[in-house]
Amino acid sequence: MSFNQIPGRQGLYDPAFEHDSCGVGFICDIKGRRSHQTVKDGLEMLTRMSHRGASGADPDSGDGSGILIQMPHGFLARVAEAEGFVLPPAGEYGCGLVFLPQDGALRDECREAFEASFRQSALKSTAWRVVPVRPELIGRSARDSMPHIEMVFAVPDPDSRGDRIPGDKPAAVPGVSSLSLEERLYLARRRAEYRIIQKRKLDKGQFYVVSLSSRTLIYKGMLTQAQLGAFFPDLQDESVESAISLVHSRYSTNTFPSWDRAQPFRYSAHNGEINTLKGNSTWMRSREAALVKDEWGKNLSELFPVIQEGGSDSQALDNVLELLHQAGRSLPHAINMLVPAAWEADGRMSPELRDFYRYQRCLTESWDGPAALAYTDGSIVAASLDRNGLRPGRYLVTNDGRVLMASELGVLDIEPSLIESAGRLEPGRTLFVDTVHGRIVPDAELKGSLAAGASYGKWLSDGLETLGQAEIGSVPFHDDSLLRALAWTREELELIVAPMAETGAEPVGSMGNDAPHAVLSDKSVPLFSYFRQLFAQVTNPPIDSLREGCVMSLETVIGPQGQLLSEGPEQARRVVLEHPVLTEETLDAFRRREGDSFRVLSLLFRIDDGPDSFARALDRICRDAETAVASGKRYILLSDRGIDRYSAALPCLLALGAVHQYLTRKRVRSRVSLFVESGEPREVHHFCVLFGYGADAVIPYGAYSAIAKIISEGDLKLTYASAAVNYLHAVEHGIMKVLSKMGISTLMSYKGAQIFEAVGIGSELVERCFTGTPSRVGGIGIADLARRTLEAHAEAYARDHQLPHILDAGGFYRWRRTGETHAWNPDTVSTLQQAVRTGDYSLYRKYVDLMDSPTSSVTLRSRLRFRDAVPVPLDEVEGEDAILRRFATGAMSYGSISAQAHETIARAMNRLGGMSNTGEGGEDPARFAPLPDGDSLCSKVKQVASGRFGVTTWYLTNATEIQIKIAQGAKPGEGGQLPGHKVSAMIAKTRYTTEGVTLISPPPHHDIYSIEDLAQLILDLKNVNPRARISVKLVSEMGVGTVAAGVAKAQADMILISGGDGGTGASPLSSIKHAGLPWELGLSEANQTLVMNGLRDRVRLQCDGGMRTGRDLAIACLLGADEFGFATGALISMGCTMLRHCHLNNCSMGVATQDERCAARFRGKAEHVENFMRFTARHLREIMASLGFRTLDEMRGHSELLEGAPDSGLDFSGILAKPAISGSLVGIAPGERADLTQAFDRRLIHMTEDAVLTGMPVTLSLPIGNTDRAAGAMLSGQIMKTRGEEALPAGTIKCELTGTAGQSFGAWLCRGVQLRLDGFANDYVGKGLFGGVIAIRPPEGSAFAASSNVLVGNTALYGAISGEVYVNGRAGERFCVRNSGATAVVEGVGDHGCEYMTGGIAVILGPVGRNFAAGMSGGIAYVLDEDGSFAANFNPEFADIEELGGKDADRLRAALERHVELTGSPKAQSILNVFSGSLAGFRKVMPRDYRKYLERKGEL
Amino acid sequence: MMTNVFTYIETRRAKVRYRPLEERLRDYREVELPRQDEESMEQSSRCMNCGTPFCINNCPLGNFIPEWNALAKEGRWHEAWERLSLTATFPEITGRLCPALCEGGCVLAFNDEPVTIRQNELDIIERAFSNGWVKPRQPKARTGLSVAIIGSGPTALSCAQGLNRRGHSVHVFERDARIGGFLRYGIPDFKLDKRVLDRRLDLMEKEGVVFECGHEVGRDRDARQLKGDFDAIVLSGGTRNCRDLDVPGRGLSGVMLAVDYLGKNNRAVSGEGSFDPAFNARGKRVVVIGGGDTGSDCVGTANRQGAASVHQIELMPRPPDSRPPNQPWPQFPRVYKRTSSHEEGVTQDYLVQTKAFVGSGSSLERLDCVRVEWDMSSGKPVLKEIPGTEFSIDADMAILALGFVGAERSPLLEQLGVELSPQGLVPTDGEFMTRVPGVFAAGDMRRGQSLIVWAFQEGQRVAESVDRWLAAGSREKDGK
Repeated sequence: MSFNQIPGRQGLYDPAFEHDSCGVGFICDIKGRRSHQTVKDGLEMLTRMSHRGASGADPDSGDGSGILIQMPHGFLARVAEAEGFVLPPAGEYGCGLVFLPQDGALRDECREAFEASFRQSALKSTAWRVVPVRPELIGRSARDSMPHIEMVFAVPDPDSRGDRIPGDKPAAVPGVSSLSLEERLYLARRRAEYRIIQKRKLDKGQFYVVSLSSRTLIYKGMLTQAQLGAFFPDLQDESVESAISLVHSRYSTNTFPSWDRAQPFRYSAHNGEINTLKGNSTWMRSREAALVKDEWGKNLSELFPVIQEGGSDSQALDNVLELLHQAGRSLPHAINMLVPAAWEADGRMSPELRDFYRYQRCLTESWDGPAALAYTDGSIVAASLDRNGLRPGRYLVTNDGRVLMASELGVLDIEPSLIESAGRLEPGRTLFVDTVHGRIVPDAELKGSLAAGASYGKWLSDGLETLGQAEIGSVPFHDDSLLRALAWTREELELIVAPMAETGAEPVGSMGNDAPHAVLSDKSVPLFSYFRQLFAQVTNPPIDSLREGCVMSLETVIGPQGQLLSEGPEQARRVVLEHPVLTEETLDAFRRREGDSFRVLSLLFRIDDGPDSFARALDRICRDAETAVASGKRYILLSDRGIDRYSAALPCLLALGAVHQYLTRKRVRSRVSLFVESGEPREVHHFCVLFGYGADAVIPYGAYSAIAKIISEGDLKLTYASAAVNYLHAVEHGIMKVLSKMGISTLMSYKGAQIFEAVGIGSELVERCFTGTPSRVGGIGIADLARRTLEAHAEAYARDHQLPHILDAGGFYRWRRTGETHAWNPDTVSTLQQAVRTGDYSLYRKYVDLMDSPTSSVTLRSRLRFRDAVPVPLDEVEGEDAILRRFATGAMSYGSISAQAHETIARAMNRLGGMSNTGEGGEDPARFAPLPDGDSLCSKVKQVASGRFGVTTWYLTNATEIQIKIAQGAKPGEGGQLPGHKVSAMIAKTRYTTEGVTLISPPPHHDIYSIEDLAQLILDLKNVNPRARISVKLVSEMGVGTVAAGVAKAQADMILISGGDGGTGASPLSSIKHAGLPWELGLSEANQTLVMNGLRDRVRLQCDGGMRTGRDLAIACLLGADEFGFATGALISMGCTMLRHCHLNNCSMGVATQDERCAARFRGKAEHVENFMRFTARHLREIMASLGFRTLDEMRGHSELLEGAPDSGLDFSGILAKPAISGSLVGIAPGERADLTQAFDRRLIHMTEDAVLTGMPVTLSLPIGNTDRAAGAMLSGQIMKTRGEEALPAGTIKCELTGTAGQSFGAWLCRGVQLRLDGFANDYVGKGLFGGVIAIRPPEGSAFAASSNVLVGNTALYGAISGEVYVNGRAGERFCVRNSGATAVVEGVGDHGCEYMTGGIAVILGPVGRNFAAGMSGGIAYVLDEDGSFAANFNPEFADIEELGGKDADRLRAALERHVELTGSPKAQSILNVFSGSLAGFRKVMPRDYRKYLERKGEL
Repeated sequence: MMTNVFTYIETRRAKVRYRPLEERLRDYREVELPRQDEESMEQSSRCMNCGTPFCINNCPLGNFIPEWNALAKEGRWHEAWERLSLTATFPEITGRLCPALCEGGCVLAFNDEPVTIRQNELDIIERAFSNGWVKPRQPKARTGLSVAIIGSGPTALSCAQGLNRRGHSVHVFERDARIGGFLRYGIPDFKLDKRVLDRRLDLMEKEGVVFECGHEVGRDRDARQLKGDFDAIVLSGGTRNCRDLDVPGRGLSGVMLAVDYLGKNNRAVSGEGSFDPAFNARGKRVVVIGGGDTGSDCVGTANRQGAASVHQIELMPRPPDSRPPNQPWPQFPRVYKRTSSHEEGVTQDYLVQTKAFVGSGSSLERLDCVRVEWDMSSGKPVLKEIPGTEFSIDADMAILALGFVGAERSPLLEQLGVELSPQGLVPTDGEFMTRVPGVFAAGDMRRGQSLIVWAFQEGQRVAESVDRWLAAGSREKDGK
């Protein structure tokens, strides 16, 4: 039995995509005083973080928890004595827990291997102790997979100097015995692992060393947080004493037992996700060959791979951290090297510290979070966040000398009078406790000492060079025949290059992608198009590259890399590339400078040299590259210059991939940089793929030529130089956005990270050139590429009778008769429209024939066919109405489409018994009530998206389903934007924003940075409306299955898998075309993974993204879908003709427009939509009958009834795989919600019953704890349900609470309810606030100064609509993000304050963090700028700093008086005391659009 | 560049403007007035540049309509003309004569008035001609292969141009005195000034196309010999068999076929022939039978000749004024179209069947007619006379504009061994080749009576097929 039962790859499931996320914390005694209390406190913290972990189908088997403590010598000595052996003094022996096989013989083998490794390190084991455990206390699946747990003790062996291979190292180098005990233990452990796992090939689930150290000891397992202490009776022993307890509670996306993945690891515990893991692991491996540490011997290969295979991202980071630490760096040094602050754009940082970071960047790319890391070596204990600060971390320092840090406050009861200060972890800062010297080391001091650790500045100024972009010189010659040869099209010039060169921004398109996947196309499709961009969803957030660009960087360091394990001047001898895409001038300058160290490899081959010439050329450049490296070349330029009638070129991506992988396999990749000079790359995606597959720089001369052509032909009235600059700007912004979608901040971490999935590339080609890239349906090989390249070349030179300077029309983005196939073309659109307008099913069948005909097939599923089955009579199949209940329309907001269109869909779906979706723009409350004629315009599905527009308590109360949109098919990982000119008075009202003011949705939900956050939001929404089902919308990509399993564990009721091809409305073209995968893959993967995890029956699956005919639905059902969504089909039924102009607001059909003249042209009727839905249901029924199914429930998941068409050239076995159902099906019954039955609000509701009914005021007092989450939400939902939109008169219900409130305190609090909290609150205070009042002040009895301490966590007032919040203290990051109307007073905030705010008033009586007012388009902020630092932290993109005037003084005074009234804030009182004198200290932040609006309204 | 994206709403479709009635009736010059730059640009700017341009789908040539509209709206005539030239064979002809299927599919035609695509095309090409941009385009190299084209109508010309530009030597054989077929002899000058045709033929000659007129293959020369002389033959003789009206009195003088009537007149206008009194409507009461475009051309011609009165009768009902439900957008709708000729004076009557031509002696005096209805009760339309509705129309001339029924049987086809289908058409495979290798057929002769734009498309496609066939053959010969 293995204790790691994460299955191997099967079907579409791949364990590589498993995620963890978690709660983390520590408590320590600053002076290093050991006590058992500290251990008990650690266990208590874990118990109170239970909600941050999760359990699987078996509720008693946790995902894992653990504790790291100082070596409890007293306890161990007693144990030793009892077991008959003697321990040396503390610190002179190593000890650790080992997970061993249950099989005795195997166990002996492991022990022997360990002993041998000890000998090599001049150690010997004194004893193996069986660790007592209580398996009867834990869940069945945890127990079934439990390892045999022993504790090993090792001491230095004075008789041995360790194994030495003769000649291994110079005699001058001291031997192993001279190393520290920790180093020797490390080497011994690594070698034991090597012996057992690498050589003995023992399953990784049979052997695992939890820790082995002389300083720390870890207990962990697949346990719930509450079980840990009881499971290991050791931990109960009063003699187990420590000054440090580092604890971790795990939430994994699966339910598979894995004892080893529990945390803490040997040095660290991690909450979050490492987004860049793939690139980090690849580069780490490529550096291994060059690792040198003389004292460790020559043969370091037994330590490799440094990053142990099959581990989690956290484990990988710990592996590298440990290596760097053992090799000599301090833990904070190693952490700051791997997870640096966002130093690149931080002008406030000291030059010395910048030099430290710049130097470290020469050694390694960064490991990007989101990460909260806690780490310790047993004497220091520290915690820090990555550059983005997307994980929470709060701490208290007590005046009895303790520090408590945790993902949230309230996990330990601390007497208020003991609190000395309360703070939070901040991005890029470290909370550092040195228990040896007994003090907290301030961040500045810590960083200062790191920066002073070596002569970084001198090394850099001596070694590091910088390559900036050279001045753009003459206009390049534009060569039409070259552009033709490289398959450039007019469309690309018009839609891609010209807009980029003109505006410097990425081009925008509309209505999703309905063109074939590259592998299904018969056109000349560039190799780039076979790669789909992956993106972050749920388990990690995308970054906001626009508003939070301060954390991002495209600078890279090129040139050969130096040695990693030591520091010296030679590692800095590299070149900083300021821009990754170079102009021709820059390349020339660089080549001149580098001279001999450059080698050019031509990608050309002669077309008449026979069919093998392509493959031979590919072999040639790989060999030549290796030779070039061997001869000391530092740079290789892959160039396709010189294409002509006789010579064609290898696709540059193929050449790059081949060379990059070849050199990686030869372990010399880090010794050279690869430049790609090609005429091919033109759009953002192309550059991203090149960097993702290892390019160090790209010179797109074809694009430059195209720009010159556009200018010379008069399509662009700019100089070449400014057009080229614009173009490069657009490319860089686009690259930045693609990085950010994956949650990656720097290009260095993206380079070579291969964050793509290939669709349609065969395994041989992947293996050779794109090693490790998932490609799940197989596809083309090198021979196919050769043929296609030659055909395209012949085609390009064949059309001499035409005007040669006019390129081919294209047709990839828009339909052209000569161009690419589009599913929605004039014939399919018009036939469907005729069918639904006339109600003629035979026309619908004609449409089906057109749509599903092999010649117009654009989808993977078009290459599937139904197997023969025994049919059933049609009348035995469940009726159309039953089927229609499973139909939903997609989330298209009122805003993106017209009111007429939006209401027509709602009316139609309500008539049919299906579900329509509000989209992310809210809904006019007038639509909630049924119409007199019996119809209803109320959308059953109310969407909650990152912008939270119109998400009021009333809106949520009126939902049948609440849908959390994590991503959307057309632009997964990106936010939306509704330009000001589309924000009409009506839209502004519906969205609770300001007319004419641009609305932007941030890329992430700022309350979902990880899976446990999603669980929290689901809980919040469930509280507001316990009757609604909660769904989560995901987009198909590799790994969506594991995400879906995590979402199921987060207790969602339905998961929607959207295909990456779907989409209506406007999106960046590169996202429409290149992000997200077909739903066939995502749906099937989700279904398979849920089945494997025993979670399938907990959730329903819906599928959308290109549902066009009943056949699509039948296939979706066979692949696991319960329900089906439609968007484009519904729009077309109403008149959309795929104008693809949604972004222009001029839809001539009145569908996607807010212009009244256009909207008046709308001719759609509900009947049309109904006909489309009914026809589709009818078509589905016919297929059901032919396949022998009477109900969809019966049919669901029967993928064996599908097969790939024999000539498809694709492998559908993964998609069609049916995993065996997991053994552990002891799930929670659907609908049963433990969290809700215990809700704090049940008590509130009970106590306020009369008040809600009668409106009689009531005041009540209650204690509150951190496990009481979303306090007030359920009460608010209940009030609104009872009393309607007006809720209760202000002040009706007053709750006086004491303690530390759990997350989402006062979420969606409605009018009439006031919560006053004496104590602390965690993240998301006042989320969605809708008229309620929240006041927070320090706990009674506390002595700390409120105004300089943190009382409230991150992301307070997110999406608040109205109401008031007063905090006598400071708040964390992203205060008031997307506030659209609430008034808030607080005494200091973290980074990104008032981000995306569109209304309301924020008064900040203290310091603000970086990036204040980013994306702020409405409302007003008043900031008391006490130290004059405000301007430096202010983001001026949307708003100005103004003088106070007009009504400001009155507004401010009223807010402060209310603040004093509710919190008694001394600071506010002192300001009021000298009010007019204090006014000068305030800065007023006024968004420019908002000012214009107020001016128009005369309300300024 | 911020462009106004609402132009399509703010600018209305402009009506076609014609020369004043009294002026135009006195001559045969073209009636349609050219548009000024400003109007042309404004009208082009109504094009929305749709992501799914139904106009392209409706156009048999697949013209890149939105692309040249976009250029025309900025007055970039040269580029617009280049873009137009990619697909349009003779835009100066379709620009004048095409019923503009594209406009039926224009997305604006769904709930508004379509873009004036036909006129936009005409504006572009005429500017190209007047600026001297349209020059002979010699092929880069000659292939050494030759093709004979039989007939010189729109299909033949389109095919000739396509093959010649691909480097083949093209020889066009025409039995009439001059090149052009129906374009020359069927379309009146007031719709297509023959100088427009000659201008194009001149270019083609300069590009190297050889025209041989007054030469009927099959009679003047044996087609088998021709086959030996050329690497390929393209038959594009059209459907010269006219639909006739087999009723009593058909033989009366004054009863004639439209092709003959129009042909005579066109020859007279161009000076190729003289005004034959038998075909001159001056002072006569004229009845045109047939409500199509040719009928309309006859009406215009008769009025110019000075007819005393012009009647036009039609067996079918009057088409509706707006798009009927059974011809939904984006189909090209059959709606009532009042042409410039109709404006010039005509009495139109529908659902009328001619029962007999009645004359005194050999001359026509009247038509005996009856009103009819179409009975749809059987599902298929059945023509029924309405009893008691018999009436007569006094007439001196009756012109039959009833369409065409098939290709002429001719020695040419016999000599080549090409047989006609029961419909009177030449069957071909998908590559336009008849059952005889190397002998191709295209145009009306292959597909039946159709529009000029279809003829151009047939010409282009048969040229591509012949080119492919020749290329394959030449490779064989080269032994490659």
